[in-house]
Amino acid sequence: MIEIIISLLLIIGTFFILSSSIGVLRFPDVYTRLHAATKSATLGVASIMIAAFLFMLFDANIVSGKLILGILFVLLTSPVSGHMISRAAHHSGVKLWEKSIKDDYETKLESIKKKT
Amino acid sequence: MALQILLNLIIAFMWMFLQESYTFSSFFAGYLIGIFLLFMLQRFIPDTFYMRRIWRFVRLILLFIKELILSNISIVKLVYKPNLDIQPGIFALPTDLTKNWEVTLLANLISLTPGTLSIAVSDDQSTIYIHALDIPDVEKEIQSIKETFEKAIMEVTR
Repeated sequence: MIEIIISLLLIIGTFFILSSSIGVLRFPDVYTRLHAATKSATLGVASIMIAAFLFMLFDANIVSGKLILGILFVLLTSPVSGHMISRAAHHSGVKLWEKSIKDDYETKLESIKKKT
Repeated sequence: MALQILLNLIIAFMWMFLQESYTFSSFFAGYLIGIFLLFMLQRFIPDTFYMRRIWRFVRLILLFIKELILSNISIVKLVYKPNLDIQPGIFALPTDLTKNWEVTLLANLISLTPGTLSIAVSDDQSTIYIHALDIPDVEKEIQSIKETFEKAIMEVTR
């Protein structure tokens, strides 16, 4: 029974990581790619870590706190890196995809530039 | 809040000494008894019961996990769609949160739920600029973020 749950979690995790890497290839610009890269991967990594935790718990009777901490740190660091990369890209002038409908940040930056 | 935690710890240690077993499990049992006592006596103790705040925090985490899973499924759907008919864009989200760490938490939660990615925070911390994968209706998106995350964060902090 527990093996089925563990394998299901592993399959779901690898599926999310695979789809996020396909997303990186398919999406058109930096920002949409970051959506795929920083986030679907977190759920994938988290469910693989949970599967590893359950395996250690039921197979070897070890409560592995490191794996839980691993999930926590992935959840803590990945949004920060996504934020910084996208901000850096915007500041160095990477254009949005041509089908994007609006860019409030650009208009804000321009209005600041005009004032100074 | 600090006073209540201190009281709770004192009760837990007293329970440990009364039991004369100095293990983690008896400490934990004492802590649970302390929570129960504080709950019964909350009329006589200043401030609101602090477990209520912790309960709200747990609810925030549960809400976050729910959003994480739901929106991951939606992004996977987008990845396998044969033609990309999405309308990405950057919109400004006005926020009522004021403290540094509240804004940080909100920006991180927005980033973690796929479909939205916080790009920048304005200098006076009143606006968060968010890149969204698909925004046919900006007002609706702003409303949904305000209803869920901002409300939950406010419940924890105030």
